[in-house]
Amino acid sequence: MLRIPCPHCGVRDEPEFVFGGPSHVERPAFGVSDLEWTDYLFGRENPKGVHFERWLHEFGCGRWFNVARDTVTHEILATYRMGEPKPALPGPGGPDALRFPVVRGS
Amino acid sequence: MSAHGPYRVARGGDSSVDAALRRGSPLPFWFNGSACTGVEGDTLASALLANGVRIVARSFKFHRPRGVFSCGVEEPSALVQWGEGAGATPSVRSTLIRLCAGLDARVPSGWPSLDFDVGRVLDFTSPLWIAGFYNKLFKWPGWSLYEPVIRHLAGFGTAPTGADPDRYETRHAHCDVLIIGGGAAGLRAAWEAAARGARTILVEQSSQLGGRAGWDGSRIDGQPGDAWVRGVRETLARARDVRILTDTFAAGHYGHGVTTLVESASPREGARPAIRERYWIVRARRLVIATGAIEQPLIFCNNDRPGIMLAGAAHAYLRRHEVAIGRRVVVATNNDSAYATARDLQAAGVEVLAIADSRRTIDAAIQGQMGKLSIPVLTGSIPVDSHGFGALSGVSIGRLSDEDRRVDEVRQFSCDALAVSGGWNPSLALFSQAGGKLSYRSESRALEPIDSPKDVSVVGAAAQPHAGTTSSGVTAIGVRISPAGRSDRQWVDLRHDVTVADLELAIREGYSSIEHVKRYTTVGMANDQGKTSNIAALEIVARLRGLPVAQLGHTTPRPPVMPVTLGAIAGRAVGDQFAPSRQLPLHEWHVAHGGVMEDFGEWKRPTVYLLPGESRAQAIAREARTVRTAAGLLDGSSLGKIEVRGPDALAFLDRFYINNLTTLQPGRVRYGIMLRESGTILDDGTVVMLAPDQFLVTTTSGNAGRIANWLQEWRQCEWPQLRVACTPVTDQWAVLSLTGPCAREILASVPTDIDLSPEAFPHLGVREGRVLGIPARLYRVSFTGELGYEINVPARSAPAVWEALWNAGQSRGIQPLGIDALMLLRMEKGFLHIGTDTDGTTVPDDVGWGNVAAAKAADFVGKRSLPLPEHVRPDRLQLVGLVGATDLAAGAHLRLASSHAATDGWITSAGRAVLSGEPIGLALLRGGRALTGASVTVHDEGRTSTARIVGLPHFDSRGSRMHA
Repeated sequence: MLRIPCPHCGVRDEPEFVFGGPSHVERPAFGVSDLEWTDYLFGRENPKGVHFERWLHEFGCGRWFNVARDTVTHEILATYRMGEPKPALPGPGGPDALRFPVVRGS
Repeated sequence: MSAHGPYRVARGGDSSVDAALRRGSPLPFWFNGSACTGVEGDTLASALLANGVRIVARSFKFHRPRGVFSCGVEEPSALVQWGEGAGATPSVRSTLIRLCAGLDARVPSGWPSLDFDVGRVLDFTSPLWIAGFYNKLFKWPGWSLYEPVIRHLAGFGTAPTGADPDRYETRHAHCDVLIIGGGAAGLRAAWEAAARGARTILVEQSSQLGGRAGWDGSRIDGQPGDAWVRGVRETLARARDVRILTDTFAAGHYGHGVTTLVESASPREGARPAIRERYWIVRARRLVIATGAIEQPLIFCNNDRPGIMLAGAAHAYLRRHEVAIGRRVVVATNNDSAYATARDLQAAGVEVLAIADSRRTIDAAIQGQMGKLSIPVLTGSIPVDSHGFGALSGVSIGRLSDEDRRVDEVRQFSCDALAVSGGWNPSLALFSQAGGKLSYRSESRALEPIDSPKDVSVVGAAAQPHAGTTSSGVTAIGVRISPAGRSDRQWVDLRHDVTVADLELAIREGYSSIEHVKRYTTVGMANDQGKTSNIAALEIVARLRGLPVAQLGHTTPRPPVMPVTLGAIAGRAVGDQFAPSRQLPLHEWHVAHGGVMEDFGEWKRPTVYLLPGESRAQAIAREARTVRTAAGLLDGSSLGKIEVRGPDALAFLDRFYINNLTTLQPGRVRYGIMLRESGTILDDGTVVMLAPDQFLVTTTSGNAGRIANWLQEWRQCEWPQLRVACTPVTDQWAVLSLTGPCAREILASVPTDIDLSPEAFPHLGVREGRVLGIPARLYRVSFTGELGYEINVPARSAPAVWEALWNAGQSRGIQPLGIDALMLLRMEKGFLHIGTDTDGTTVPDDVGWGNVAAAKAADFVGKRSLPLPEHVRPDRLQLVGLVGATDLAAGAHLRLASSHAATDGWITSAGRAVLSGEPIGLALLRGGRALTGASVTVHDEGRTSTARIVGLPHFDSRGSRMHA
């Protein structure tokens, strides 16, 4: 189970969230070719390593945000608000705070 | 000899023996209907051994007699059915059941009795039951014929059928350090964590902390082991922020520091525990694996016979439970650990005939000690066969030669027990699930941890398995697989009855990956997860393939590490609490008036209202006819409702619908269809314009949440600049739908300030005002094809308004309208029901909305996908009407004349026309719109008929009734 640090609420369990596929996917202009359009619809990176994706904190603040996740280790390297650019990443084995995030108290 | 069982031995003089065993009053219990006696501190297994019960179960496939093989979680053989009736649990390891007075355990396999099982004929025909036998033997005429017989014969136990009478619960916890395993290493880790002030949880699967240190006579930090354990336990008990969970096992690790635990209540005589099992979900900053190691067996012919037991288990039964596993015992080992068993058995008065050690040379000190005890040591020797029809009566020991590839000289020993040790394999399933890597090491013949993740550490025997330690350091342990004898009698997996021959067959048939061999032979796939079989299977497969074992890799230890009951996982989420159900504001009224309440997603809705003596079909026809001739009243409150507000609300909504919303005026409502970006239909509903910056979007009942999320996703992720807010208001507004030719008169006789005249309030109009003095929004929309009003009032006011409408309609023959009749009415009108008449591939043109979508100039979600070649093919499935058959049923398949396709479409909705009774239907038909007037063959579960293709709708094509 992922423990996801929502940029608005803090670290919460995965069941509170909804996965929304890759982020930073540009919606093409109406006039693009069929090939470009279907690539936007169906073509997705499937990287081994860092994956930028968006999540909805449905049972929390109700906001969408971005997550950079390592698809091999499930390490969450960064979370950032919708609309913000991709952050510079600390590289594999990043800071502890994101690795096994723990919330104190309840 | 003792009153507590003939195999109970006198307590030795060793003060370090754990106090688990208190010789108090005897505990009577039942095993397979026979009365037995144990003592406080016994497990069922130790009590059975003390009573001399050798055959405890029958094996899964061959019905071979089996006895207690181990003393812990790894037990592959001695499984029993425990408990009565609906509370019974099948396949429980007898080594984990704490004895209590009156305990009643049974073995479901074995007929006519456990000791004499005719099913054993399977054993004597075992060449038939090889790996993959069910694919090879039972192909004709079909597996389904054989499956019940084979399931009956297989020893899985009997699952209870009644509702589980026990209670379970789920708990969540956070900590800094989670330590799995309460043996010496785990205790030390907990002690250190507590000293640092870390929030610590220590988990121990048995009821007692200390593990082997509590009873094996070893010394820790200069103290006797049991005294040290007591000291640490007391320290931890006083520490703040330390939680100790005994009778709890770790079930799995799920990443990000999340580990699940299952805590069991101890059995108590005659009373159900308040909570039988507790499922813990623990989030820990650090994970310490102190799970110890599991002793592995030796592999030789008939190595599964009752009386053969792991040497460490024999030691534990002796020291903890004062039970000897036999009177004349042979010990066989490939490492040093079994010598303590031999020593202590001898000291307890058991005759130890010999120790066979597969190593050529052993430590001189051990050799000397055995010499002093007069126990003969046969070096370079391994058991090659065991004897006896039921329980063990003898063993053959062979001397290894030719680099362990053969045995020459074989000696026979007459004995009633054989203690075997094939070395120790660390329990690293959790470690692996937490991201740790394992590698086979030939010195220990075990999978050892390498490459620990940063927040995970391994301590104790899990980190460093017992190898053949000598005074000069660690040396390699000996072979564990006998090179002699029939491989189809050499058991690798006792739980699933997999032999060396099965592995050989798999390799001969071309399986090479250990993961494939595992799946084909089922080795290590039983509910013991191969705790005593995986390593031997690896070695055998590596030998057969001529590879070093390390090169073969290993199988993936997936959760759960140990069997978890469904009750523990479900916790309190059972029965009514399994899923929340939503009730309509008029729920009680519907029930009181014969409403048959059924599940529609999370909603309970009335499908039909039955009058006394009426069939369901009659009731549906009556309700539908009433709507066409008088009026029906429907509780439509489950309709999804989302309020959309803001200066950009109209521009925002226009980007979702294939319909042009920019021409919508305040006080008007418009029907619309929403698409996915791929162009397929997502949902439909109405858009109500209350004010230039205030809209109400309705969705189909099941889609309310999904559409609210859909709007939010686009607003937040794609168009954050739009000034708009979306609020789900489904629960706030009740929808009372009054429909039928008498609807206006009925509504007019209820006090309202809204002008209902057709001129003032036309079809697709919206009016706000008061009904019965209650603030209300009225929409003139229709899903039935009749004049209709959707009366929206605050949910709490719904019963009053409903009653008023109901009373006002009595003189005009009003009837309540259920969902089934509503569906019939809308089908007759050709109105879409999303998900019934459409599926995930349907685009607007398929259902007759292509022109509307094409006419809209502005962009909307999915628009660019509509002209894709796949979406404009003329042979797409298109919605048409069907008539002219004697009967039509939804789900029936259609075939066009001269078609060779498997299917040309299917009926999506069907019923009988409300007024004429003629069968009518809607269908998705390949290229159907161009075929109006043609015939199509209908295939319905073996019956064939012919129907005529017609345009839509089936009724009132001019729509004059709803515009009335």
